[in-house]
Amino acid sequence: MNVEAIRLDRVTLARAKRIVLNEVSLAIHPGEFIGVFGPNGAGKTTLLHAILGLLRPAAGRIEVFGVPPLRGNRLAGYLPQHRASVAEACLRGWDFVACAVDGDRWGLPLWTRARRREVDRVLALVQGERLAARPLCELSGGEVQRLLLAQALLGNPKLLLLDEPFLSLDPHFQQATVDLVKRIQKDQGITVLFTAHELNPLLEAMDRVLYLGQGRAALGTIAEVITSEVLSRLYGTPIDVLQVDHRLLVVSGHGVVDADAHRHDA
Amino acid sequence: MPIVTMLEYEFMRTALLAGSLVAVVAGAVGFFLVLRHLAFAGHALSHVGFAGATGAMLVGASPLWGLLAFTLVAALAMGLLGARLRGRDVAVGVILSLALGVGVLFLSLYTANANQATAILFGNVLGVEMHTVWALLALSVVSLSALAFISRPLLFATLAPELAEARGVSLRRVAMLFLVIVAIAVAEAAQVVGVLLVFALMVAPAATALRLTARVGLGVTLAVLLALAATWAGLALAYRTDWPTTFCIVAVSCSAYFLSLLRRPGHWPAARAEPTGE
Repeated sequence: MNVEAIRLDRVTLARAKRIVLNEVSLAIHPGEFIGVFGPNGAGKTTLLHAILGLLRPAAGRIEVFGVPPLRGNRLAGYLPQHRASVAEACLRGWDFVACAVDGDRWGLPLWTRARRREVDRVLALVQGERLAARPLCELSGGEVQRLLLAQALLGNPKLLLLDEPFLSLDPHFQQATVDLVKRIQKDQGITVLFTAHELNPLLEAMDRVLYLGQGRAALGTIAEVITSEVLSRLYGTPIDVLQVDHRLLVVSGHGVVDADAHRHDA
Repeated sequence: MPIVTMLEYEFMRTALLAGSLVAVVAGAVGFFLVLRHLAFAGHALSHVGFAGATGAMLVGASPLWGLLAFTLVAALAMGLLGARLRGRDVAVGVILSLALGVGVLFLSLYTANANQATAILFGNVLGVEMHTVWALLALSVVSLSALAFISRPLLFATLAPELAEARGVSLRRVAMLFLVIVAIAVAEAAQVVGVLLVFALMVAPAATALRLTARVGLGVTLAVLLALAATWAGLALAYRTDWPTTFCIVAVSCSAYFLSLLRRPGHWPAARAEPTGE
């Protein structure tokens, strides 16, 4: 059998002595598009950090394409959670993307022809050529997000880890973002882990769902994971799943869990 | 008297030389200082340097080396505290006050030359001697080489810290090295405009440059050119008017910044011409 893109073998992850994931085992195949969900604090970002090698597991073994994750691994592209401070710098979009090309090496940031071509290539991949000449402080949240995606694609990663790309995005741009990532995933044949709070924009793009909660994880198809039984276990509280107009609503005793319920564009 | 005659005086030539060396370093380092939102840290370092300079005088050493020693130690301390310093303006402010207070104490103990205090606080570039120029040259070479060496990860860590960390850049190491470079630049700038006004040479030209261009390379170049222009124009103005040199340099540098404010931020004609889409 081929080597898995990501394999977790009885992995326990802890943040500040608090156990976030407890003895989780799973395997993600190369080329899969995985949506990663779960309540706040369920460990979505923590899991991405562990896959990037930024956080060592307290127990168990993680393998990324057959080897333990190493910080600076060029096989993994990473889109960190969007922070407003990014857009404070009034530098060009092109310069912003370019700072990440070989940014981990010492020396002057001399942009040789090969490096320029690489910046132009990833800008074209995210259809961001228009953003190259504009200063960051002038861009919308969605446009900054596209530049962050371009940075993540530098160096042809085989794995793309996207942390909450929906934050600060309008519903219309959420769908556009998913479509963009899906197209890149198919064209480049890369594995995608896409964390989000909202299920519905990702329904068609996802191959499988990874749902985290209460230290546990459930990985499977939408039909297998987004069920009352599985989610009740992960939330630790009774959960119902309703299907309305091809959309899924996750409802707890306190109301709709999935913020997506406010969308009216069925 | 015609401007060209100013070059006939040796002290003027020395001042131009010293001022130019300092301007190049202050402009280049200042660009990254402003980009990293560390302008206040630069200000703090210079105040700590005041105690070092007066302390050095007290023990009969050169104020420049005393200043440098204190700014370096303060930079390392800031680097070690790192993120814990964020939002601790009050703590930094209290340490600043203490440093300035200690500086005043040293001054009162050192009664030999009262003019020295003014020179440290407000600069006296016309009084710079040739041996100081050599020291400034050495410090400039060291700080600019170091800045060139770390500039790529520095830019990466400044603009995209989370991604930089994931790619294996040590944010703390980069921050620490940069603060050491800032400490050297502050000590140099204080020789021209004094510890109280290093802002004028380090922050104002860089902030002006960042309002005029959105390109990194052009931004650094502009910051250096603006700092050089402020120093030269300031010296010329002081020669013509007999006003204090520091005032003239600060006036030119800050005027350039105010002028740049007239340009609406985010107004980029080249980008406007393109369709906005959506």
